[in-house]
Amino acid sequence: MSDLIKKDASELAALVASGEVSAVEVTQAHLDRIAAVDGAVHAFLHVDTEGALASAAAVDVKVKASEKLSVLAGVPLGLKDILATNGLPTTCGSKVLDGWIPPYDATVVTKLRDAGIVILGKTNMDEFAMGSSTEHSAFGPTHNPWDLARIPGGSGGGSSACVSSFEAPLAIGTDTGGSIRQPAAVTGSVGVKPTYGGVSRYGIVALASSLDQAGPCARNVLDTAMLHSIIAGHDSMDSTSINSPVPDVIAAAKRADIKGMKVGIIKELSGEGYQAGVRSRFEESVALIEGLGAEVVEVTCPSFPAALAAYYLILPSEASSNLAKFDGIRFGNRVGDDGTKSVEQVMSETRAAGFGPEVTRRIILGTYALSAGYYDAYYGQAQKVRTLIKQDFDAAFAKVDVLISPTAPTTAFKIGEKLDDPLAMYLNDVATIPVNMAGLPGMSLPIGLAPEDNLPVGLQIIAPAMADDRLYNVGAAIERELLAKWGGPILGLAPELAGA
Amino acid sequence: MSGISREDVAHLANLARISIPAEELGHYAKQLDAILNAVAVVSSLDTANVAAMSHPVPMTNVFREDIPGVSLTAEQALSGAPAVEDDKFRVPRILDEE
Amino acid sequence: MTEATMNYDEAISKFDPVLGLEVHVELGTNTKMFCGCSTVFGAAPNTQVCPVCLGLPGALPTLNKIGVESAIRIGLALNCEIAEWCRFARKNYFYPDMPKNFQTSQYDEPIAFEGYLDVEIDTDEGRKTFRVPIERAHMEEDTGKNSHVGGATGRIHGADYSLVDYNRAGIPLIEIVTKPITGTGKYAPEVAKAYVAALRDILRGLGVSDVKMEQGSLRCDVNLSLRETPESKLGTRSETKNVNSLRSVERAVRYEVTRHAARLAAGEQIVQETRHWHEDTGISTSGRPKSDAEDYRYFPEPDLLPIAPSREWVEELRAALPENPAVRRARLVADWGLSEIDMNTVINSGALDLIVEAVDAGVDPAAARKWWTGELARIANDRAIELEELPVLPSHLKRLEELIAAGSLNDKLARQALEGVIAGEGDIDAIVAARGLAVVSDDGALLAAIDEALAADPAVAETIKSGKLAAAGSVVGAVMKATRGQADAARVRELLFEKLGVSE
Repeated sequence: MSDLIKKDASELAALVASGEVSAVEVTQAHLDRIAAVDGAVHAFLHVDTEGALASAAAVDVKVKASEKLSVLAGVPLGLKDILATNGLPTTCGSKVLDGWIPPYDATVVTKLRDAGIVILGKTNMDEFAMGSSTEHSAFGPTHNPWDLARIPGGSGGGSSACVSSFEAPLAIGTDTGGSIRQPAAVTGSVGVKPTYGGVSRYGIVALASSLDQAGPCARNVLDTAMLHSIIAGHDSMDSTSINSPVPDVIAAAKRADIKGMKVGIIKELSGEGYQAGVRSRFEESVALIEGLGAEVVEVTCPSFPAALAAYYLILPSEASSNLAKFDGIRFGNRVGDDGTKSVEQVMSETRAAGFGPEVTRRIILGTYALSAGYYDAYYGQAQKVRTLIKQDFDAAFAKVDVLISPTAPTTAFKIGEKLDDPLAMYLNDVATIPVNMAGLPGMSLPIGLAPEDNLPVGLQIIAPAMADDRLYNVGAAIERELLAKWGGPILGLAPELAGA
Repeated sequence: MSGISREDVAHLANLARISIPAEELGHYAKQLDAILNAVAVVSSLDTANVAAMSHPVPMTNVFREDIPGVSLTAEQALSGAPAVEDDKFRVPRILDEE
Repeated sequence: MTEATMNYDEAISKFDPVLGLEVHVELGTNTKMFCGCSTVFGAAPNTQVCPVCLGLPGALPTLNKIGVESAIRIGLALNCEIAEWCRFARKNYFYPDMPKNFQTSQYDEPIAFEGYLDVEIDTDEGRKTFRVPIERAHMEEDTGKNSHVGGATGRIHGADYSLVDYNRAGIPLIEIVTKPITGTGKYAPEVAKAYVAALRDILRGLGVSDVKMEQGSLRCDVNLSLRETPESKLGTRSETKNVNSLRSVERAVRYEVTRHAARLAAGEQIVQETRHWHEDTGISTSGRPKSDAEDYRYFPEPDLLPIAPSREWVEELRAALPENPAVRRARLVADWGLSEIDMNTVINSGALDLIVEAVDAGVDPAAARKWWTGELARIANDRAIELEELPVLPSHLKRLEELIAAGSLNDKLARQALEGVIAGEGDIDAIVAARGLAVVSDDGALLAAIDEALAADPAVAETIKSGKLAAAGSVVGAVMKATRGQADAARVRELLFEKLGVSE
C-alpha cells in the first residue's frame, strides 16, 4: 500500500504543489485504499472515481502552469452525505433520498472545489444525522477501523472512519450535538465544530437549524486547521452566517503555546460515571496541560445536567419541521402512488417507507413538543434552558480562556449494543451537546487509548464564540506533547485493516 | 405531563404524515413516554426570569437587496421529480382544500 | 344544494352582525420574499424557481429588504405601531403547493399591529365615517399553484390528479387582519366593501402592489358571525374565500348574514368552516370540512434573524408616505369646490396627480381639470397611451390660460397649441408664433370677413333681420372658417347684429 496514504494533508499538499507527486497519483493511492478496505469499513456510500480523478488532473494542470494554489490543493477528502453535491448522489443515509441527485452544490462544496480539494465521495452517516453510532444509516453501519465490530461514532461515523482508516486525510462532517466530535474521539482522530454561523449551512440538509454546523475532520490539528480555514467564512446565502473575518486558525495551530493560559474543567462534565479509561486519560491530559504552563481550575455550570433533555426537545422539534419536505412530491422516492390513492395517503406511505425508526421517533416527539398546549412546557422551556446554558458558559469564560472535558463518556461500544435503548444512545452526547446549545466552537483531540480496551479516548476543548483559533492553539500544544510521548500519532497503533 | 397513548401517537403520526402500522403504535408510545419522562427535567429549572434563546448568533436585520439572481431551469427543477407532466410536478389527487 | 336564507332586512332586525376581514396583498417586488427568483408574471412553469423556493433539502431563506420596507410602510399607512423587534415563524402543515410543507410567516410577533382605517359609507342619515380596527399586518410567502386534471369543473373535487407550478411559491405577501368589526348594523356589507376599496387605494398610493383583485394580487377573505344583540357574546363565524371583487365582498357579506340568520332562526348551529363564494350564483358553498382541527405548531424561524427596525428608519419611511388618498380627495374637493361626481370623473380619468401638479404650479383648478379630463384625455385615449406619457407640463397649461385670459387665444386655438406641444414643436409662445395662432380681434378685419360672408349668402341677412337669430350661426361659421378659427366668435356675432341693426 502506497505510503502516500499515511501522509498528512499538509505534506501531500506540499508534494503536489512542488510537482514532486501528481495530484492524480495521490488521488489514485487513496482510491486504491478505499477499494482495499472499505468493504470492511463501509465509510463511503458513494465513491466518485471519475470526478475525483478529473479534479485531481485539473490541479496538476494548474501546478504545471505555476498558478496560485490553495493550501490544500490536490488533497483528497470524504464528504458527509448530508451536503448537497451537484451531480452526485446525496442520501443523508436515508431511503427517502436514495437516488436523489441535487441540482446544486452546498457553499462548503463550492469552496472545497474552488480550493482544488479532491472530493473522493460521500461518507456514511446516521439517517438525517440522528444518532451517535452510524447504526441508523439505511445503508448499513460503518465499522470502526480500530475494531470492526464496533461503532465509529455518529452521526458522522463515515467521515471519521474514512480519516482514521487512511482512506482520505481529510473529511467534512456536520455537528448538531456532537456528530463530528464524538466520532473523532472514538476513532482517534481530530474533529472540530466551528462557532455557529462560522461555516455556511447553505446546501447542508438541515436537522436542527439552530444547532447544525459543518466542520473539518483530519488526523492532526494542523490539517484540521487548514481545512477549517478553507470552509469557514460569511455566506450571503445563509442569513445566520457570521459576518466577520475568520480567525487565523492555521497560525494558532502553529503557535501551539498555552503558557499562562487559564483552562477550566467543567465540574458537571468532569467524568463522573464515565468509563474508567476515559477518566484516567482525561486526568493525564490535565496534568499535561499544567506541565505546559497553563493554570487549570474548576468551574461550575449548574444548568448542564438539563442540557441533554433540552436538546432532545429542541432537536426533534426543529427536525420535525425540517423533514416535512420529504414527501415524495418534488424529489426523492415516492411510494404508494398507484393512481388511486390521495396525495395525503401517498405522502404518508412515502415517509413511512423512507424514514427509519429513529427518525420516525424524533419526528413524532418533535410534533408533540410543538403541539398547541405543549409548546410552552417543552420547546419554549427548552429554549429558556438554552439561555441558562449560554449564561453558564459566559460566566465560565469570564474566568478561563478555554474549557475542557472528556469528549464522550465511553470508548467505541459494540455495534448493536445500544440500538434498542434510545435513551442510552442519547447519553453518548452528554458532554458535547452543551456546546451546540450555546453556539460555541469545540474540538475533540485524541489523548490516548483506554487501558481496559485499547480504544481511543478524546479530549474536548471548548472556546468562546468566534474564538475558534484558541481550540487550535491549545489542541496543537497538547498534540505536540503527546506525539513526543507516543513517538508518533496514535493512529499508528490502530490494527492493520485486512485487504490493506 | 401525562403519558403518551397509542391514540396520541396515531394523531401525531397523522399530523406528521407518516403512516405507522397499528401494531407499532404501542411500541412508539412506550419509547416516547420514556423519553418525555427523561426530558421533563427541563421544567424543574427556574426560568421565571429567563428569556428564551432566540438565535445563537446575536445579529438582527440581515437583508438581501431586491435584485434578481439566478434561477434553476425547469429541467433542473424537475430533475428529481418522481412524476412530471407539462413541465409541472404531477401529484396524486388532493383531498383537503386549502 | 342551496341553503336556506332569510330576508336581509328581517335578518338585520333580529341579529347583530360582526365582520372580520383578512386581506392578502401580493407585493410588486422584483424578487421573491426569501430568494432572488424573479416575480415577473406569466413565465413558463417552474422556470422562476431555485433550491430555496422549491424547498430543496439544504436550501436557506434570505430576506427581501423591500418586502420588509413595504410591510412597514403599509403598517404606517394603516396607523399601526411598528414592532421594535420581531421574527418570522414557521406555520407547519402539509399541502402539495407548499414546497417546504411549512409556510414562513409571522405568528405572535407581527411587524405591524394595532392600527385602524377610517372608511366612508352612505347611510340613511347621509355620509358617515366608520373606523375599522386593524389587528395586525405581517409578512409571509405565497404558495405555488395547483391545477387539477380530470374533474368536470377543473376544481379539486373529482379530479384525478394535480399538476403543480412553483413559480409563485415564495412571492411576498402582506396579510392584513382586522379586529372583529362591530357596530355596523345593516351597513355591514357596505362597510366591508368600503374597507377593501379604501385599503386598495392606500396600497396603490404606496406603490407596493398593483392590487388587482381579479388577478389575485389583492385577496379578501370575509368572516361573518351573528349575535342576538350588540351586548351578546360573539357567535360562531364562517369564513368565505374566493371573493374576487369589491362587488363580491359586499354580496358575500350580505349573503352570509341571510344564511346565518336562517340557520339560527331555525335553531341550528353555525358550522365553523371555510366556504367558497360563487359570484355567478350569488351564494357560498361549504368547503370540504377539515379532517383535523389544524394544529400549525408555530415556532420561531431559526433560519432567519430577528427584524428590529430602527426608529430612525421607521420615521424616515413615515415622513415619505404619500397622503392618505381619502383624506387627500376630501381636501381637494373642498379646496377646488368640486362635486362628488366631478371628483369621480377626475379619479376615473386617472388625472388626479396631473391636475394637482398643475394646480401646485399656479394653474387654476377648474382649468387644469378642463384640460386634463377633457382634451388631453381624449388625445391620450386616441393614441392608446397613458395621460402621464403626454409631454404636457404645468407651465404649458399656465401659459395657455394666460393667453386665453388676455384674449389672444381662444379654446380652439389653445387646443392647436397643445397639439404642437405634444408634437414636440417647442413651448407655447414658440408654437403660437410659428403657427401664427392669434385670435383675430381687429374689428376692421372681422367686419371685412362678415361682409364677405353676407355677400356669399344674400338671403341670410333678411332671415336674421326677420327675427330668426339662429341663422347668424352660419355667418359666424363662415367667418370662423375664413379666419381659420382665429376669430373671436362672440365678437363676430356682436358685430354682425350691430351691422344688421338687430339686438339679441
